Amino acid sequence: MNWLLDNLELIGELTVQHLRLSAIPIVLGFVLAIPLGWVAYRYKLTRGLILTFVGLLYTIPSLAMFVILPPIIGTPYISEANVVIALTIYAVAIMARSVADALASVDGDVKQAATAMGYGGFRRFWTVDFPLAGPVVLAGLRVVAVSTISLLTIGSAIGVSTLGYLFTNGNQRGIVVSVLTGVIVTVIIALVVDRLLVLLGRLLMPWTRAMAQPGAQRRALASASGRSRAAEVAT
Amino acid sequence: MNLFTDAIAWLADPTNWADGGPIPQWIADHLWFTAIAMLLASAIAIPLGWYIGHTGRGRDAAVAVTGAARALPSFGLLFLFVMLGGVANRDLSAIVVLALLAIPPILAGAYAGFEAIDRRVIDAARSMGMTEKQIVARVEIPLGLPLLWGGLRNAVLQVVATVVLVGFVRNAGLGFPIVQGIQIRSYDQMLGAAILIIVLALLLDAIFALLERYATPAGVRAGRTRDHRTSSTRRRSAGGATPASTKKEMSV
Repeated sequence: MNWLLDNLELIGELTVQHLRLSAIPIVLGFVLAIPLGWVAYRYKLTRGLILTFVGLLYTIPSLAMFVILPPIIGTPYISEANVVIALTIYAVAIMARSVADALASVDGDVKQAATAMGYGGFRRFWTVDFPLAGPVVLAGLRVVAVSTISLLTIGSAIGVSTLGYLFTNGNQRGIVVSVLTGVIVTVIIALVVDRLLVLLGRLLMPWTRAMAQPGAQRRALASASGRSRAAEVAT
Repeated sequence: MNLFTDAIAWLADPTNWADGGPIPQWIADHLWFTAIAMLLASAIAIPLGWYIGHTGRGRDAAVAVTGAARALPSFGLLFLFVMLGGVANRDLSAIVVLALLAIPPILAGAYAGFEAIDRRVIDAARSMGMTEKQIVARVEIPLGLPLLWGGLRNAVLQVVATVVLVGFVRNAGLGFPIVQGIQIRSYDQMLGAAILIIVLALLLDAIFALLERYATPAGVRAGRTRDHRTSSTRRRSAGGATPASTKKEMSV
């Protein structure tokens, strides 16, 4: 307990650092995955290629990714850039599939109706397809956010300062409270960010609540769960 | 590229592969940890998931648990259990953590597999006079297998990645040469081990992908829609058990 009180400042600093480092892959993954997911959804050939490729990237264990990335992209081995880029790759890998699945989930009749009303391809995508794909995209984004926050702790294994420092340091010095605190703070951050994303989704997509289809919503979430592989089965 | 040649040289060094040499031992340990954890997790999660899928009982709790489990940092959990379990029980503690991390995806695969089945198929089975036991054993389990294998595939990925971290608490598995490499600043060894880990993960994933494909009953495979983008929005009946139909239900 004393350890906790003595190290509140350290825990605070690490938490801020952790949030800062995890925000980049989450945002970048989301932004990069929209065009990638669209291409995967739109053309049959690219669908297979892109989804297989991101699937393979996702298979790489994170510690191995941290080690193999530097010689490929030229970042220093112990650097925030190395960890952030690795996590961005995972985020894009999950989100590209989510976006492709989400776009495929939009009712074809609605798309035809929009086209019939004179919507061009670009306007239809941003004002009809993408908003309607929103709930499934959000489900994917929540998976990305939570797993990024959790995976970031492994960055400490190669010496990048995150909440994982509480694990490595606690382990070396035999302080169980340190490790336990690290686990709890990481989980809390992940769950809070997850809740915030749900609230943001309600704010941006007010119609989803009105539609009140709990079954369909839950299924969408379930299929985006795990490492979004449940959705892969569906292809 | 120089670094990669060094790593390949480390990988090709015969002394590393000699009988009782470190690399075969690390690979063997890695597979052993993975296999034991997967067996333990499956023994718990598959029957539980099937029970939840068949009865619908405890479903909300299962969804909450599988969702929240993703937030658990495997790295910290491993240190925590190993510290609490004591030095003598490091292997056991590690296996418990690995199994704990594998349970949620397997559980989700097991119950989602049952839920993805078209209710009409189950009603038909019941109206033909099948008992609940028969429905579970001869309808729900076979039709739920593809998603279950999908869940097992997620789990094995998670376990293989976490066994890498076991290298931090014990001289075992392919994570150890990385941990040792960090300490003695031997990048060829770290990179070589990373390559081995990636190859191992890809191989295991490919094996599970094949199992997943062949687990689909032939009748279901025949009724599967190829391109869901252009498929009708109406639900299919006979092929309703294919995951393609779950996808359609997702179109909120």
